[in-house]
Amino acid sequence: MLKRTPLFEWHQKSGGKLVEFGGWEMPVQYTSITDEHLVVRKHAGLFDICHMGEVLVTGPGAAEFLNQTLTNDIRKLAPGLGQYTLMCNERGGVIDDLYAYCLAAEEYLLIINASRIAEDVAWLEARLGLFAGKAGVVLKNISEETGAVALQGPRAAAIAAECFPGSASGGTAVERVTDLKKNQVARYTYAGQPIWVARTGYTGEDGFEVVAPASLIVEIWTRIMAAGHPHCLQPAGLGARDTLRTEVCYPLYGHELDEQTTPIEAGVGFFVALDKGEFVGRAPLAAQKAAGPARKCVAFKMTERSAPPRPHYAIWSVGTEAAAIGEVVSGTQSPSLNTGIGMGYVPAASAKAGTPIAIEIRGKMAPAVIVAKPIFKKAV
Amino acid sequence: MANIPSDLKYADSHEWVRIVNDIATVGITDHAQHELTEVVFVELPEVKQPVAAQESCAVVESVKTASEIYSPVSGEIIAVNKELDGDPGLVNTDPYGKGWIFQVKLTPGGHEGDDLLDPDEYEALIAGH
Repeated sequence: MLKRTPLFEWHQKSGGKLVEFGGWEMPVQYTSITDEHLVVRKHAGLFDICHMGEVLVTGPGAAEFLNQTLTNDIRKLAPGLGQYTLMCNERGGVIDDLYAYCLAAEEYLLIINASRIAEDVAWLEARLGLFAGKAGVVLKNISEETGAVALQGPRAAAIAAECFPGSASGGTAVERVTDLKKNQVARYTYAGQPIWVARTGYTGEDGFEVVAPASLIVEIWTRIMAAGHPHCLQPAGLGARDTLRTEVCYPLYGHELDEQTTPIEAGVGFFVALDKGEFVGRAPLAAQKAAGPARKCVAFKMTERSAPPRPHYAIWSVGTEAAAIGEVVSGTQSPSLNTGIGMGYVPAASAKAGTPIAIEIRGKMAPAVIVAKPIFKKAV
Repeated sequence: MANIPSDLKYADSHEWVRIVNDIATVGITDHAQHELTEVVFVELPEVKQPVAAQESCAVVESVKTASEIYSPVSGEIIAVNKELDGDPGLVNTDPYGKGWIFQVKLTPGGHEGDDLLDPDEYEALIAGH
């Protein structure tokens, strides 16, 4: 039986096309992936992300435990700040990529991938068992009772200002929710209960992610939809979420990242703080960074009209000694650029932007070129 | 509610066929285009290519997925809809008209589509969706 979010009935009623994703029944689109994508780039879109997992880590030892378990330096997080980080195994392979927020002193919230909740919680518990200060750390998986929605797009701030008026009651002490800067999080009181509003997202647009008790999600969603009406806000499904993140080259677990892939190979080494002291995977990651990874995750664009590239298609070098050199991990038709785009792994020697490659699509070679990340950048 | 023209035959793999004399025109149904969502690319067969019934001979790509299109009849491809190269969305906006995909000249005595579904049979097939 697939799991359903509190918004399941709303999606059904609103024409959402529901599909399986990571064990959940989620809307892939309402009207069209392309339309929803373009609305997020131009106005604003609202995403149900209740499937994502939430873990609270609290206590006097929480920061030190997380710093030994995650790759980024959690000591940089004052209350009200969040950071992108990764959780690696001893070989440096990625167990999950996540956001860590410091809500208050000795209180951290981890937002993890839906498909990885069981693995992450098991890993965190196992690591806590080995942690010297374990008596001072409490781990709590609150995924079931917690929901989240993402409001994304250039009109997001105007809509958020209307939905969450007044000053924060915790986290970053802002007077208005729109005073939040990227990666800051604030506590607001909504219908008498605490909710968290963060200036984060997965689309490459300005936006907010709201984490709240599951019981409040339908009300928050409905309120945002109503406030967004004059701003052309539309609900957006996982299809647009995927095309939006692919255009800006954000990794998706199971595609760019897995337990056999390191953050250095994936191109997210910036979020691995090798200088912070010991953490799981540090030694192999430091060695790989020093020597340079053998393969790299690159972004590419099709250069002629072709079918869109798809995950698992082979990447070929071109020229007289053309050979299969890698594999596509994400690929789609870019709604912003109206061409095929994707990401894939190739040998480091072939990873330079500007390198011509070919994507094997049903036995035929379609020409493409490696490009700098992000693939799509908005004209300012 | 999907549009199912009464003058066409249907395959259970969601193609429609219009047979006039010995020429069969093939496309995908309104139900199929709705399920596939917006079509961004159509890979057409080669003209003069022989096809067997139920053989995959075209691919319709949406943002999310690639779907194979099977010939409901056997014969030789005699025309493909080149307009889809420039405007693949015709498959969505006019699936039974400008969104046609290819034409087959039927092989006499070959698979001529006698076992294809009538409109009411096709309607029953998709009723479960």
